[in-house]
Amino acid sequence: MEKISTLTGVAVPLKRGNVDTDQIIPAVYLKRVTKTGFEDALFAAWRGDPEFVLNQEPYKNGKVLIAGPDFGTGSSREHAVWALRDYGFTAVLSARFGDIFRGNSGKQGLLTGQVDEADIERLWAAIEAQPGIEATVDLIEKTATVGDLTVSFAIDDYTRWRLLEGLDDIGLTLRDEAAITEFESRRASWRPRTLPVK
Amino acid sequence: MSTPSSSAPGAGSEVPNESSDNAPEGVDTAAADSASLDTVAIDTVAIDIRELLRADAEAAAAEAEFADTDLDATDAAAAEAADATPAADPAPAFDAQDTGAGAGRPRTLAEKVWDDHLVVKGENGSPDLLYIDLHLVHEVTSPQAFDGLRAEGRPVRRLDLTIATEDHNTPTLAIDKPIADLTSRTQIDTLRANAKEFGVRLHSLGDLEQGIVHVVGPQLGLTMPGITVVCGDSHTSTHGAFGAMAFGIGTSEVEHVLATQTLPLKPFKTMAITVEGTLRPGVTAKDIILAVIAKIGTGGGQGYVLEYRGSAIRQLSVEGRMTICNMSIEAGARAGMVAPDDITFDYLKGRPHAPAGQDWDDAVAYWRTLQTDDDAVFDAEVFLDADTLEPFVTWGTNPGQGVSLSESVPDPSTIIDPNERASAERALEYMDLEAGTPLKEIKVDAVFMGSCTNSRIEDLRAFASVIKGQKKADGVRVMVVPGSARVRIEAEAEGIDKIVEEFGAEWRFAGCSMCLGMNPDQLAPGERCASTSNRNFEGRQGKGGRTHLVSPLVAAATAIRGTLSSVSDLNEDAKRETVGA
Repeated sequence: MEKISTLTGVAVPLKRGNVDTDQIIPAVYLKRVTKTGFEDALFAAWRGDPEFVLNQEPYKNGKVLIAGPDFGTGSSREHAVWALRDYGFTAVLSARFGDIFRGNSGKQGLLTGQVDEADIERLWAAIEAQPGIEATVDLIEKTATVGDLTVSFAIDDYTRWRLLEGLDDIGLTLRDEAAITEFESRRASWRPRTLPVK
Repeated sequence: MSTPSSSAPGAGSEVPNESSDNAPEGVDTAAADSASLDTVAIDTVAIDIRELLRADAEAAAAEAEFADTDLDATDAAAAEAADATPAADPAPAFDAQDTGAGAGRPRTLAEKVWDDHLVVKGENGSPDLLYIDLHLVHEVTSPQAFDGLRAEGRPVRRLDLTIATEDHNTPTLAIDKPIADLTSRTQIDTLRANAKEFGVRLHSLGDLEQGIVHVVGPQLGLTMPGITVVCGDSHTSTHGAFGAMAFGIGTSEVEHVLATQTLPLKPFKTMAITVEGTLRPGVTAKDIILAVIAKIGTGGGQGYVLEYRGSAIRQLSVEGRMTICNMSIEAGARAGMVAPDDITFDYLKGRPHAPAGQDWDDAVAYWRTLQTDDDAVFDAEVFLDADTLEPFVTWGTNPGQGVSLSESVPDPSTIIDPNERASAERALEYMDLEAGTPLKEIKVDAVFMGSCTNSRIEDLRAFASVIKGQKKADGVRVMVVPGSARVRIEAEAEGIDKIVEEFGAEWRFAGCSMCLGMNPDQLAPGERCASTSNRNFEGRQGKGGRTHLVSPLVAAATAIRGTLSSVSDLNEDAKRETVGA
């Protein structure tokens, strides 16, 4: 996982609330055997609509998603994070997130910042005044800036630390590699081994 | 090299109980909630495939059913881990000292196994890091895990503690032909490619050791007492029958174990399930566990590791104990365990990967210390009387909706809890059953003998002993699916295949088969099946299919009579015939 301190990219206003993970990625895409390549699945049910925000030219290369409240509720499918990430999003700002979605995001390097609902409205207005404008998300200062407008966002300290350090769950555990190796050195010889094949 | 008895943590003695005791009430609830949600990620994969297979617009309802009922508590631990505080300081490895009662306060079997796998003790609410002795892999939950390793350039840390097989998608007929269903074939081809790329031992379709992953581990002697076992499958709890701590994990955890051979886990609570007495003829381990789940409910075990104890459990074979531990997850438990004893050791000794020579002696000496200490305290206790237990059967659409086979379909209006009442009403509608109908009057269209719950050689022997020399009821389709290729060959050596075929039943190749219908083995809409499997969810065995969970003996008697029946009903039939003659 890459370390994150500041992110800059095209800001996308997703002016809908209660976008659950079934809407982020419909179940039909979960049969795949890969962990990447889900960009076409993102918001699949809406992508056919020419009016949908990601179908509008200025927003096609979106990197920072600014969504209505209660983003990522529902099923815990990790694919929702994969789809956002594969499309190119690096951060999502919303007034409220589904807990499991937020947990999954933190584990996989997608920044989720909690912003006051009034500030979300202000961000939307700033973006729509200049469609295609970039947003800068500063994880150190916990702020998001669009043009002259800067708002602050909340993120829990643990997730922020992990993102700043670029640590996924496995990376976190591998910080204890010495302890794992030491444990293995004491592993009794009767304990199971699948190799060599017997 | 340490001896088996030298790896007990003094410091670990305060781990599980106190932490759970100190946890605020809300913590467990939150864990349970996230467990039910989190499991969607694993099981929707299976659901979606079926959804596609059947172009089933209603599969969303089935998914919701899975999500509600298909608890996988380990995912809860993973979810909790996400919220843990940093506190990443590696705790010093614990001192080597004597295990068992000498290691401080009295401990349960589960606590002893946990303590002996502690790599880093969690502090300030962060999870413990536990070492995993054995990782079982299959084609459904592993593809993205391997993809994740590939993306990060990580190898499999311990190939010698990892083994894979193909089971969920494998056909049980014409196994030498390419798999017709593209999704199934892709999953299997992906596992084969991943195993080759990473060097993982794989037993493919056609191999002697191929079969249901939870049948394969024990038959190879890889499953043994006092170890930790994980697999991306909720029925991993099966392996607890040996006194191992075994639990199902999600795909992210599969990747985590492949990469690190460890898992961050929050401590658990302990529940004793004591079954005293002697089972009557015709009553089996399956009836015990169905009765337990009916008693504590599908959520009764949430957050707990169950330990099955008492004289009735001690009298069971290891395979019977596996049937019981297998369905611990249906009560919502993280895991189920039985303390190892001479029956366990006899079962294990001489198997290909069982310890041998000095290792065997060392292992047995250690395994004998694993019994729960006499004065250890469980967080909860449940009692069941084996003497009065009758063959059990489910009438509804979750494994907790079961009664004795001699009873009638319950009347939902007598259920006080409004949620349970509504659930019972929905279940009766789906199952097309009238309250008050004697269960023994219910006719079936199919009998499924198989699954990780009941497909081992003893199960097949029990089934064959009842059907031998008989003919199946007219119009009833009977399918017998051994748990592994080796079980199939063993059964054939005993002539069980001939008994099955002469009975009029189908003798199939090994796999998960009609337990979840990811392969072509499915019920047609509206068909009713007596099944030795573990889940009677709506649509589990095929869209619109209706499942009654039963033991192999009840399955056999039902196949003969065409209605839900016990072996004692066959005896009554025989008496009547004698009188009539």
